[in-house]
Amino acid sequence: MSDSPIAVEQHGPELLHHFVDAEQQRDAATLGMWLFLATEIMFFGGMFCAYLIYRYWYYNEFAAGSRSLDIYLGTINTAVLICSSLTVALGVRAAQMGKRKLLVILLLLTIVFGFAFLGIKGVEWYDKYKEHHIPGNSFNVDDLIRDYPQIHIDPRHEQIYFSLYFAMTGLHALHMIIGVGIFMFLTYYAWKGRYTPKYYTPVEMGGLYWHFVDIVWIYLFPLLYLIDRKPLR
Amino acid sequence: MATAAITTERENYLNKEYGIRSWLLTTDHKRIALLYLASITFFFFIGGFFALLIRLELLTPAGDLVQADTYNKLFSMHGQVMVFFFLIPSIPAVLGNFLVPLMIGAKDLAFPRINLLSWYLYIIAGTIYLHCIVTGGVDTGWTFYTPFSTAFSNTRVIEAGIAIFIAGFSSILTGLNFVVTIHRMRAPGMTWSRLPLFIWAHYATSIIQLLGTPVLAITLLLVVFERAFNLGIFDPTRGGDPLLFQHLFWFYSHPAVYIMILPAMAVESEVVACFTRKRIFGYNFVAMSSIAIAVFGFVVWAHHMFVAGISLYSALIFSILSYLVAVPSAIKVFNWTATMYKGSISFTTPMLYAFGFIGLFTMGGLTGLFLACLGIDVHVHDTYFVIAHFHYIMVGGAVMGYLGGLHFWWPKISGRMYPEGWGRLAALLVFAGFNLTFFPQFLLGYMGMPRRYWQYPPEFQVLNVLSTAGSTILAIGYVLPMVYFLWSMRYGKIVGDNPWGAAGLEWKTSSPPPTFNFDEEPEVTWEAYNYEEIPAPAEVSVER
Amino acid sequence: MSSKFYYVIWIALLCLTVVTAAVSFVDLGPLNTVVALVIATIKALLVVLFFMHVKYTSEKLTKIVIVSAIFWLFILLVLSMADYGTRLLS
Repeated sequence: MSDSPIAVEQHGPELLHHFVDAEQQRDAATLGMWLFLATEIMFFGGMFCAYLIYRYWYYNEFAAGSRSLDIYLGTINTAVLICSSLTVALGVRAAQMGKRKLLVILLLLTIVFGFAFLGIKGVEWYDKYKEHHIPGNSFNVDDLIRDYPQIHIDPRHEQIYFSLYFAMTGLHALHMIIGVGIFMFLTYYAWKGRYTPKYYTPVEMGGLYWHFVDIVWIYLFPLLYLIDRKPLR
Repeated sequence: MATAAITTERENYLNKEYGIRSWLLTTDHKRIALLYLASITFFFFIGGFFALLIRLELLTPAGDLVQADTYNKLFSMHGQVMVFFFLIPSIPAVLGNFLVPLMIGAKDLAFPRINLLSWYLYIIAGTIYLHCIVTGGVDTGWTFYTPFSTAFSNTRVIEAGIAIFIAGFSSILTGLNFVVTIHRMRAPGMTWSRLPLFIWAHYATSIIQLLGTPVLAITLLLVVFERAFNLGIFDPTRGGDPLLFQHLFWFYSHPAVYIMILPAMAVESEVVACFTRKRIFGYNFVAMSSIAIAVFGFVVWAHHMFVAGISLYSALIFSILSYLVAVPSAIKVFNWTATMYKGSISFTTPMLYAFGFIGLFTMGGLTGLFLACLGIDVHVHDTYFVIAHFHYIMVGGAVMGYLGGLHFWWPKISGRMYPEGWGRLAALLVFAGFNLTFFPQFLLGYMGMPRRYWQYPPEFQVLNVLSTAGSTILAIGYVLPMVYFLWSMRYGKIVGDNPWGAAGLEWKTSSPPPTFNFDEEPEVTWEAYNYEEIPAPAEVSVER
Repeated sequence: MSSKFYYVIWIALLCLTVVTAAVSFVDLGPLNTVVALVIATIKALLVVLFFMHVKYTSEKLTKIVIVSAIFWLFILLVLSMADYGTRLLS
């Protein structure tokens, strides 16, 4: 590999040999990550399309389903992710400035926030399980019909709302889990001193991914939790 | 003249390292291309085997070879294997992987390890699908329509769905690699307007792969969730809309057909230029048409749903848009034809495939316009007319493009020439066999024979017999190249850097190329297709 | 970028979160949805432009990729709704 006659100037082990220089490698990685995020927009987008159409058809059931979610837990979770985005952004900056210890702390904090989010989500899902709001044979929304007599609810259509709720938050949670895994790797390598002001691309790329997952939640929150919370007459 | 081994062989990507680990753990885009070549050829024959069974069954009007349920599985798996495990990867993963870095003067793709991952994802997906086949198969049609696939089918829908989901990621990663490579790794002097049209078309293909495949992925995932966890998103009894599945499915699957045809158009541009020894007429138009096809291809999907229950107004919109999407394809056909005018044409094997492509793709494309017309579609939707239309494009277009490309770049890939006489014979057999197989199907469809039926009224038998007869000729035409390509790897004439006298950076390095593609980083100071500067090669001898 | 600026964005995001949750209890009719989506988009923009550094990059391609992805999503949403929105008109 290193006997290629094409001249390669002094560089660290992180420069891969098919690149001309470190800048090209970094530009390639950045473009690659943004393109990947574009595919993720389309991936979630399919479910947003399903959501749009069924909300258009079954607004009442979507409104009732939305009310049955815990707005406090949802808001707290949104805040948790926003805090995690802050620690990620500060972490990238720490890497850029070569502050290894600070970077490790910020990456660990991000992971903590990630687990907090997943924990709260687990609590919410468990609540749904207890309330028989998980689609399937034991699905039952008599409680919603009773609590919201002003809203005409067809229990069959209510299953569609909850199917989408679980599919969308489930896929989001899966992305969070993957993100936490990625950040565990980043934390380990950061602790080992692999990231320097000259080379911190993986931290940056991990950060882009994490921010994207945060943005998905920024949209999921109003779309799932805030459909209709107006006081009912 | 054929020589077996030369004592002092130049080091190239094939002989640099031996052993199975050096192949299975390679990150060399050229080796990965060959890994793909072997895998997709395998799946091509699996899909072809299903096709043969279908055509055997359709020899007689009665359903007498297989049971109806089995027949459903045959056409479903034929479609899924051919689309997802052969056509979608074919040219990009084999020829694209091999040639993109060479054509732009790079040492490899931007992400070589992701390239290898892409192949492994394909292999994992293929293995899962093979398991699906042998444990009962899938009978939903290649299109997985709900609610049959979610609620009623008793076959391995989840497994097939997961396999194709994984194959989708293989496709996405290939596209991602190409886009980043083309943007970031062009050699000095290789400006966008000097890129071969092969690169433009693969760039357009990659855009479709990136933006469309994720929607297929989520759609299949939702079907799997519905079957596995009883979510009710497509379930009509719970208020779900089966048409929502179709919207989401076809949002990908229509652009998918452009994933399959654009790379064949890529090959077409290179082959036509070389064997008319002229710059492609209207380079800018052809380049822009590739991008236009990619973009327009995303706004026409509901023409697969005209009679499914969409609103008439949206049907009108999609019909008009479907007419528009034909325009850039037509522009390309006109430009290739115009290139041939006053060109110096050689009827080599790749050029025979290129001629076949133009004729057959045009017929397929024009019949697509028939289908885009709402009034006609009402009559011929779900008949053999549709089957003939898309096989003219997929087989008459894409597969012929693939074969033409394989022949054209075979000397570069292997360092050996295939036997030209056998090549021409195979090309003619493919052309003749193809037309005999599929032209009768236009007639059958127009006369009303429905698709996906395993028995039919007796008045349709003659045309069906002709079609089956054609398919056997086609099969021979496909087997021949397999045989002589393998033969040529040991006994084929050894070639130099540029046996065709072709333009393009890939012809400026040795055949086969060294591992890092070029001995010195190229610097490009000439325009694409500079045939006026390249001497024509000596007459290509017809080897027996 | 100074760390202080990141904190400013962070506070802004938290405030917008509280606002969007609170506004959902107020009856604005059909505007509720619009306001919620506008606030979400402002939050998303803050993350994209400042946390993901898109505002400070000289690379035009990044912005093209983002805009294209959003545009493609809109193709899916708009043309699908072209069917659903007009079914009852036929």
